[in-house]
Amino acid sequence: MANDKSKVGSLLIKGGHVIDPAAKINAPMDVLLRDGRVAEIALPNKVRGSADEKFDARGLIVAPGFIDLHVHLREPGQSYKETIASGTAAAAAGGFTSVCTMPNTAPVVDTDEWVAWLRHPERAAVVNVFPIAAATRNSRGASLTDFAALQRAGAVAVTDDGKPILDDEIMRAALRLGAELNLPVVQHAEDTRLTESCSMHEGPTSFRLGLRGMSAAAEANVVDRDVTLAQQIRESRLHVAHLSTSDALKAVRRGKRSKARVTCEVTPHHFTLLDEDVGEYNTNFKMNPPLRSATDREAILVALADGTVDAIATDHAPHATHEKQVEFERAAFGITGLETALALAITKLHRGHKIPLTRIVELFTAGPARVFDLRGRGSLARGNFADVTIFDPKKRWTFEAAKSRSLSHNTPFDGWQFTGKVVATIVGGKIVFRAD
Amino acid sequence: MNKPARGSLLSIEHLEDKEILGLLKLARRMNPLRARPLLRNKRVVLLFYEASTRTRSSFEIAAKSLGAITTLVQSSGSSIEKGESLLDTGYTLRAVGADAIVIRHPAAGAPHLMAKHLDIPVINAGDGMHEHPSQALLDAFTILKHKKAFKGLQVAIIGDIYHSRVTRSNCHLLARFGAKITLCGPPEFVPDVAATLAPGLRVTRHVEEALRGADVIMLLRLQKERLAGQKIRLQDYISRYQMTAARLKLARRDAIVMHPGPIIRGLELTAEVADSPQSKIIDEVHNGVPTRMAILVRALGKAK
Repeated sequence: MANDKSKVGSLLIKGGHVIDPAAKINAPMDVLLRDGRVAEIALPNKVRGSADEKFDARGLIVAPGFIDLHVHLREPGQSYKETIASGTAAAAAGGFTSVCTMPNTAPVVDTDEWVAWLRHPERAAVVNVFPIAAATRNSRGASLTDFAALQRAGAVAVTDDGKPILDDEIMRAALRLGAELNLPVVQHAEDTRLTESCSMHEGPTSFRLGLRGMSAAAEANVVDRDVTLAQQIRESRLHVAHLSTSDALKAVRRGKRSKARVTCEVTPHHFTLLDEDVGEYNTNFKMNPPLRSATDREAILVALADGTVDAIATDHAPHATHEKQVEFERAAFGITGLETALALAITKLHRGHKIPLTRIVELFTAGPARVFDLRGRGSLARGNFADVTIFDPKKRWTFEAAKSRSLSHNTPFDGWQFTGKVVATIVGGKIVFRAD
Repeated sequence: MNKPARGSLLSIEHLEDKEILGLLKLARRMNPLRARPLLRNKRVVLLFYEASTRTRSSFEIAAKSLGAITTLVQSSGSSIEKGESLLDTGYTLRAVGADAIVIRHPAAGAPHLMAKHLDIPVINAGDGMHEHPSQALLDAFTILKHKKAFKGLQVAIIGDIYHSRVTRSNCHLLARFGAKITLCGPPEFVPDVAATLAPGLRVTRHVEEALRGADVIMLLRLQKERLAGQKIRLQDYISRYQMTAARLKLARRDAIVMHPGPIIRGLELTAEVADSPQSKIIDEVHNGVPTRMAILVRALGKAK
């Protein structure tokens, strides 16, 4: 990587329309990248420095590099589903310049060695990888990991994703230790005591299909408890992963109003799909948290627009065909999402629900950068990392799962027609993805 | 992934009215004792991942009466025990020459998965808590033997609705043809959401309310194998919901009592009710054979 970086020269992105919510820019601007940093940002034709290379961005939006707070790249241990190389290639194709990886691998990422392993150049990542480490040893929920060591090794947060921390004392201890280190604790909010053998959202559709349903309360109760703990523990930071219910949003709002450091993310599939879309047991619509009711989706759309939601995160969860082509109740939870996130945001949120592009860009950039304190990212301010996402908000295209960069093709969006497409992804000043 | 092969029977919900009526009409013409060999040389595999007496034996007798060859594959004693996937089992059975598969499975949607990947008819003989279409058809067949039409018929379904695939299929079928259905039981068994299953469904907690004026009373077994930790006090259930001779009097005098079986005497009904002239429980079992003959002829026969 060090060698690569020295080869990075300078690149002038010319003629584009810059949207950089953190810097309050929404105007035609040229951007000069040099030595892996943003060297200059200026009105059209006003950049003073010269560049080795030029990128013609006429008609395109130039944004800070997108950050995904929630991906499963499956290494170590499950490289038949995805590798860091394939997953980050999919991320680049989806416009993401940074991804935060979940620790529920085999083994669980619960030591500084594994955090370092994830960040090693041999993993061949094409975008920045920020590991999220396990909050408890082996994510068993019994004893905390060494947060300080994990943080020093590069972990940006801790979580037991998929195995929520239900024990009050352990959660309290995690938030306390996180507060000391200014490290966010990420919770997959699900009271698993209420969701045993459940495979979708509880409602008319689950009843009709004869499937056991996860109640909205199983999520909301945990978020409610966590927010209360975050309010009690000074300086603690709670991040609610893939929030999916209206009631959980109420708890997050309560926390935010009280000035507790509570943040949350929402996935593209939860703002797009409903439980009834599962159709006749289509396992590509099975994920956890499950697709919810129309009321929940409506509440999420409102929260995306009004600022309650801090980030859009994909929960990219690749699985092999044999793990999905089985009985619905036995199928693995999760869908891929890196390559469809921006297209869904533009198609559904911007065109469908009139959410301004500036807000959408914020949800992919400044918002997530703030959640995990990713310094020098999420904005194109001078001196920041030269991570840039360039997209065409009007381009119509059809997503084909078979052409995905991911090793897995478990997506509900195969064949969907979208408006809005990534044109180029630049990481550290280097173009890592360019649309044909 | 394809559409299910012609002749598949996966659910009542997605079966067209005319197909339901066609099957009922065909069933009336079927007689296992005097059947034409419409399925001669056809191979029907009975793939049973769950225990069954009525459904399995009546499908087998139906198939054999029509001249088909049948073979039974059960989870114990087959490669299923060794971890073979459902689809691989399906491909294997297709390769040995199955012309149709009758499948019972504890997972909802298992027959749909198989039908999407196989080019032969798949017949759902009960999938988890989802549907049991052949049972609904034989129940409809039984009702029409005793009642003129479905329209306006008052049907009370009492018991463990939540776990019941029979109820889901029956509600889809009977509501479609204009029956008025009341679902009755405690909230653990009859969640309010049950009323959303089909148009015109009603939920009540009071058995008297469900029974008053009923033409058809359908009882259900408490499915202990699917209770998954739910605490139901049996004595309480019996005192509030058991079908007794006294309660039966609340229904219309010509009301019939049905039950998909197996029945547990002394629990959801008394022996007196089970053996009363109004009970059509044995009649249902009997009607299972011609109904399943019709289903198999539709799947494999050379037209009517």
